Amino acid sequence: MPTKKRDQDIPTFEQSLKRLEDIVNRLERGDVPLEESLRLYEEGLELSKTCSERLAKAEVTLKRLSKNAKGAFEELDDEAE
Amino acid sequence: MIVNQQYTVSELNRRIKQVLEAGFASVVVVGEISNLKHHTSGHVYFTLKDETSQLSAVLWRSRVQNLPLMPRDGMKVIVTGRITVYEVRGTYQIDVTSIKPLGVGELQAAFERLKEKLSAEGLFDPGRKKPLPQYPERIGIVTSKTGAVLQDMMHVFARRFPALTILLVPVRVQGAGAAEEIAQGVRDLNAFGNVDVIIVARGGGSLEDLWAFNEEVVARTIAASRIPVVSAVGHEIDYTIADFVADLRAPTPSAAAELVVKDRAAVLEILRDYAYTMRESLASRLHQHREHIGSLLKSHAFNRPIDLLHSHSQHMDELTRSMGAFAAHRYALAASQMRGVGQRLAALDPARTLKRGYAMVRKQGRIIGTAASLHTDDDVTISFHDGDVPSRIC
Repeated sequence: MPTKKRDQDIPTFEQSLKRLEDIVNRLERGDVPLEESLRLYEEGLELSKTCSERLAKAEVTLKRLSKNAKGAFEELDDEAE
Repeated sequence: MIVNQQYTVSELNRRIKQVLEAGFASVVVVGEISNLKHHTSGHVYFTLKDETSQLSAVLWRSRVQNLPLMPRDGMKVIVTGRITVYEVRGTYQIDVTSIKPLGVGELQAAFERLKEKLSAEGLFDPGRKKPLPQYPERIGIVTSKTGAVLQDMMHVFARRFPALTILLVPVRVQGAGAAEEIAQGVRDLNAFGNVDVIIVARGGGSLEDLWAFNEEVVARTIAASRIPVVSAVGHEIDYTIADFVADLRAPTPSAAAELVVKDRAAVLEILRDYAYTMRESLASRLHQHREHIGSLLKSHAFNRPIDLLHSHSQHMDELTRSMGAFAAHRYALAASQMRGVGQRLAALDPARTLKRGYAMVRKQGRIIGTAASLHTDDDVTISFHDGDVPSRIC
């Protein structure tokens, strides 16, 4: 593969937030068994923690898209910045 | 000047060159382009003319790139340049340093033509617009590497939502050839694929400066982009063709950055809200359960199981009683039925018939009911109510 794809195992911020939304809605409706509620609550707390941590990332990364001699794309650190 | 001085042709041409090139080192001339030719060397030659006169013009390759737009035949332009003399032929021409369309009329007309054409093709239809990702994490930006635009956008990203990777595709954003570079940038990002959204940006400028974003190749590439594209060209009042085909038009590059990413503080607020809602929902759920268990614990039956036992045994007693009554009833019924049967059986007893004077004939133990079943010398028994008499048929 010429390009480095995003790690498929790590959910995107958007996916994590969607899942969290879903959990919040289900807990709010209260139509899941108590055991399941506790499990969902734990998962939800973990998601809200990881999402917050991702937001806490301090700096924007700037890269430059470049095509190498073989025509494959590369992400280069932008020295000029 | 010396009167009646005699020159050779070369001398005269050289003299004319000196005079003309010194006298017209920087001129601005208005005219219409005709006979435009692109030489394979990359230089462009054309004639600049008005109603009664014409002037040769040359545009060197190195300057073509810096033009706001590629000159075309019939275009009315303002040309800046200097007069140069070609001594060998004794001709002069204008060496063009820049060309601007004469007034906005020319460009405006081209803009309207393309807008109408692409609109007719449906490229501006709202139904074509792709939704932007809610929380992009990787953003492709097609813009100039130099200049304030990228920096301005980076500042907005840093302030609002720093959890980002910005992938820059550096391009020229004005001049002939810029349109092709911008289009290639969008194509490259699509081919690369690993960005959530693309911003095509340029700072403010004149209509000519922004012209690359009005070129067909840019419009078609944006329309064909698989990844959503946000256009952010010039100031709020500037509309380009790119704006019409883009999935979202931002009034300025900084505004594009604002529109594409959410404010981190707002997202953190949402996350806090979610955590709170989850906690509350679960707490109220647990509270309900606790209440339920509490009410069970407090209930009379739960506290005094003996009562329950009593009530159970009472119920059993009732059942037993009713079962006993049922059995007695069944027995009485059976007994009365039996009595009826006995009476009927008694009525059938043959002895009672014999008592009334009848007799019964049996042969080998079997009762004989017809005269035909008896023959001479058959041994039979005749039964009366008071005894049997052995007999022989004669």
